[in-house]
Amino acid sequence: MIEAVGLTKRYGRTLAVDDLSFVAKAGRVTGFLGPNGAGKSTTMRMILGLDRPDAGQVRIDGKNYRSLNRPLRTVGALLDAKWVHPNRSARAHLLWLARSNGISAKRVDEVLGQVGLSAVAGRRAGGFSLGMSQRLGIAAALLGDPSVLLFDEPVNGLDPEGILWIREFMHTLAAEGRTVFVSSHLLSEMSLTAQELVVVGKGRLIAQASTADFIAQAGDNAVRVRSPQADTLRLALLDQGLDVQPGEDGALVIPGVSTDQVGDIAGANGVVLHELSSQNGSLEQAFMRLTGDSVEFRTDTAKALLAAEQTAPPGAGVPAPDVNLTTTAGK
Amino acid sequence: MTLLAVERIKLFTTRSPWWCMVLALVLTVGLSVLVTTNANENFPATVATSQAGGQLGLVVIMVMAALAVTTEYRFGTIKASFQAVPNRTALLTAKTVLVGVVAALVGEIIAFVSWAVAYLIKPGPLMALTTGQDWRNVAGTGLVYGFAAVIALAVGILVRQTAGAVAILLVYSLLVENLVALIPKIGTKIQEWMPFNMANNFLSAGAPPSAGGAGSPTTHMPLSPWGSMAYFVGIAIVLLGIALVSANRRDA
Repeated sequence: MIEAVGLTKRYGRTLAVDDLSFVAKAGRVTGFLGPNGAGKSTTMRMILGLDRPDAGQVRIDGKNYRSLNRPLRTVGALLDAKWVHPNRSARAHLLWLARSNGISAKRVDEVLGQVGLSAVAGRRAGGFSLGMSQRLGIAAALLGDPSVLLFDEPVNGLDPEGILWIREFMHTLAAEGRTVFVSSHLLSEMSLTAQELVVVGKGRLIAQASTADFIAQAGDNAVRVRSPQADTLRLALLDQGLDVQPGEDGALVIPGVSTDQVGDIAGANGVVLHELSSQNGSLEQAFMRLTGDSVEFRTDTAKALLAAEQTAPPGAGVPAPDVNLTTTAGK
Repeated sequence: MTLLAVERIKLFTTRSPWWCMVLALVLTVGLSVLVTTNANENFPATVATSQAGGQLGLVVIMVMAALAVTTEYRFGTIKASFQAVPNRTALLTAKTVLVGVVAALVGEIIAFVSWAVAYLIKPGPLMALTTGQDWRNVAGTGLVYGFAAVIALAVGILVRQTAGAVAILLVYSLLVENLVALIPKIGTKIQEWMPFNMANNFLSAGAPPSAGGAGSPTTHMPLSPWGSMAYFVGIAIVLLGIALVSANRRDA
């Protein structure tokens, strides 16, 4: 288990991590989600005792990292796959790590096999592809058979096969009862990998929840309905105090309701339906909304997108005058 | 002991230390051969002249020592090191001890090979290791190399980057200590107390002046040979102490 309490880190005038508190539980994959520059890597370095927090503390199974005896046996981490001397062989790299924590050389060969690097163990790590480096980093993390694992952006730059491998690997590790804490700025990836989410922006905690809850709460759930009697249906829906927005192909989009409700209203008014479907808002939209003010470096495109998102609901091309345009954002 | 083994694996599983050691040996012995073959009646070949290249090898070994820590910062393995061994003082001390001992051994080998080669070229009583001074001049090289490596490591830990550390070490040991004498009035007084000048005094005090720039320092030194060495060791340990405090305070 990882517990952070009031973690704060300042670099000069920049507040990289601001009073951050969260918990990553054993037996779960906890995603650490936030845009680039949100303070994820800094937080990870503080967990490992590499950077000193200006305030607050972080405990691993109740202990400060620096007070752990043979820390690789408790915490395995992959923060940067390039933290390897390029002229040292993969095996030599693992060998000195193992030696420092009283881990046998046999275990080195074991983890090399586990990540599929046995054949290239004697080759210099500088010649490795990103995927191979990433595997070497994971082998280093697994070396001490630790109960807590940290991965910083592990799927960055990997091919689909590698991504799938890491995702399943993390699930296996969590199923074995370990604490798996993995950071990413990719929501879609996190929604598949993580069971719990710690969401940060500009160094502050935005949300801690299970992934399912986070999507349900933050996502823009809506019902899309298409009917030849669209006008009748719209009036009927507005009568019920619902928010109706124009969608593509003359469809209507009703946010914040279930398909049951819309179907019932249509039936009660004798309206024929050609389509009735629920739309799960994308996690990206939810994320943009939640972290909208917390992104440090934003492109003009993203600013424009965000502005459009805030003034008009998605899919709203030409707003009809009789349609309520109140945005559903800001939950 | 574990940490020494760790640092031994780290040092010898990359190529640059090997290159540095070979280069130091070749340069030093090469210069010894040159000086000895060029010796004549006016500038006779002596034990001191056989060590003429010692300064050159010293610089290369200091570069090796600095690299042992700056490459860790360069490639980020220092983070992996601190992750595996959160006690930074213990880890860096082990590294310093290991690199220092290796540098000392290399220094001994270089010194005795230089002397032996010179002896083969110009054998004679001037080349025999007879006095305590002769022995200090040759066997003392290991000590100087070892503690110079400690100084180089300390600078590497403080500066954290190869180019900076190597530039500081080269410019300081080859230029600053010589040029400081140019400061009016106090220049030579300061120079007497400069650490590498002290180390040189330890090696060559009392040797007959001769060819190749070797021999006793021109100025009168304030400390005895062994006092000079103790001073040099003191400087190395103080620098290392400062470096360790800094490494513990700063983010990795």
